[in-house]
Amino acid sequence: MEKATRDAFGETLLELGKKNNKIVALSADLQDSTKAILFQKEFSDRFVNVGIAEQDLVGIGAGYALEGFIPYVSSFASFLTTRPFDMIRMLACYNNLNIKIVATHTGVTVGEDGGSAQMLEDIAIMRALPNMVVLCPADAVETKKMVEKIADYNGPVYLRLARAKYPVITDPEKTFEIGKGEILREGNDVTLVGTGLMVSKALEAAEVLASDGIEARVVNMSSIKPIDRDLLIKCAKETGKIMTLEEHQVIGGLGGAVCEVLSAEYPVPVKIIGVENRFGQSGKADELLEEYKLDSKSIVEKAKAFIRG
Amino acid sequence: MDIKELQRKSVEIRKDILKVIYEAQSGHPGGSLSAVEILLALYKERMKYDPKNPKWEERDRFIMSKGHATPVLYTVLSDAGFFPKEELSGFRKFGKMLQGHAYRNIPGVELSTGSLGMGLSVGVGMALASNLKKSSYNVFVLMGDGEIQEGSVWEAAMSAGHHKLSNLCAIIDYNKVQENGFVNEIKNLEPLGERWKSFNWNVIEIDGHDFDDIFRALDDFMVEKGRPTVIIANTVKGKGIDFMEYDNNWHGKAPNTDQYLEALLQLDNSKD
Repeated sequence: MEKATRDAFGETLLELGKKNNKIVALSADLQDSTKAILFQKEFSDRFVNVGIAEQDLVGIGAGYALEGFIPYVSSFASFLTTRPFDMIRMLACYNNLNIKIVATHTGVTVGEDGGSAQMLEDIAIMRALPNMVVLCPADAVETKKMVEKIADYNGPVYLRLARAKYPVITDPEKTFEIGKGEILREGNDVTLVGTGLMVSKALEAAEVLASDGIEARVVNMSSIKPIDRDLLIKCAKETGKIMTLEEHQVIGGLGGAVCEVLSAEYPVPVKIIGVENRFGQSGKADELLEEYKLDSKSIVEKAKAFIRG
Repeated sequence: MDIKELQRKSVEIRKDILKVIYEAQSGHPGGSLSAVEILLALYKERMKYDPKNPKWEERDRFIMSKGHATPVLYTVLSDAGFFPKEELSGFRKFGKMLQGHAYRNIPGVELSTGSLGMGLSVGVGMALASNLKKSSYNVFVLMGDGEIQEGSVWEAAMSAGHHKLSNLCAIIDYNKVQENGFVNEIKNLEPLGERWKSFNWNVIEIDGHDFDDIFRALDDFMVEKGRPTVIIANTVKGKGIDFMEYDNNWHGKAPNTDQYLEALLQLDNSKD
């Protein structure tokens, strides 16, 4: 089964809206694409389309948060993280407001729209902010849990979603906890720590590696900040080498977060797999994953070289 | 308070403003001295609030969008009873409550600010939230004139006009001077009233140091229906101290001892 995380967001937000009248949703005229439109149709009084004005979007959201509402502010990641970054820093984080920033259209899998719309720097940017929680679900099932969970968490949250359909790989019965990662596959030769789409790519790669006698552990690190330090240290101790995977720049993302923990706590070789200092471009999602070496075949090759090296 | 008492109070507040900046040897006198009457009119006469219960749901909201004007904000909040006057001596000092720019953990401060151009959007959100809650509070947002060079202010202005937020009152402290010179030389705001009018706002231009004028404008806002109000308050940067007035060098500088004593003397003489 495949499903886009943005679809799970829209559906879950609608359900949340039915249960909790403090939930409000704001959009900068992209609710048809972010899927917040489902909420708009049902709760027009609790929905604001601010027009194409992302600074105003975050500012108005902050106003709702100050008045006791729980605003879910959504747009494409490329517009929502950088244009109003000052507002996110000052209003969401410095004021420590209960505002949920939901960014869709991350990574090269945005596809045809090209480099301007393929956000690859957002984890680095958002993770640097004090008070900010940064989450990136591995699939639609986990997205649903996160959208629900962050309504109960009091503080700013950045939720990183995508346009592309992801394979469903997580267990709907398991609960999601902020700050916890999960081992999805056991193995002791190397640990593949992924986030977002790259978790399923890691699972695919692990399957291929197993046929070559390499047992790769796969970890879903969907909570990037706070990160699961204990799990990282445990994996470093048990498998020695760590490979991180993200649909994001190698600079400052999940790989950086993992290195920050391990370099201080239990240094082991870490290989960061991501986009290497380039912007995206137009193409089909699969073509782009291949071009940027984020497909499972590339991961297998890199893992083998890493283990040998 | 009658006008005479308010005028006496404004001299006191101006002295307190200079004192906190002098003691901190840091802070922004120019844009604090220009906004004294505006804040006193709001906090002494027109806004609903309870200093013993700063988060009282029915209170009117005040956002200091020009977050550097803390000397006037903190002295007026202290005067209104939100926190003891002794706290003022900790202004801008390590480990003390009164941060250099407006800070939300301080009783009476609604929003931490300090990056310009954000307060009006937040005010729009609060006004929309008031409508959703069917509350009756009003939202006041004080902005600097230089501040409205920020594009985000005009995004918010468009939103407020579109949503017909008659519970939102923006006040522009139009003191004509920004950090590096005169506003009209750096980036002219005129025709300012017409610009706001074209964004579907009720525009009132006043003398921002004249209490009668300020009250008339605030009362006009209270009865205005179907659109937000902006009060363009013509003020004097550094008002009350002759060597500070209209001088951009006093935007963000503390007086030395001689200047401080001279300023106090001028304020004392102005009482007569």
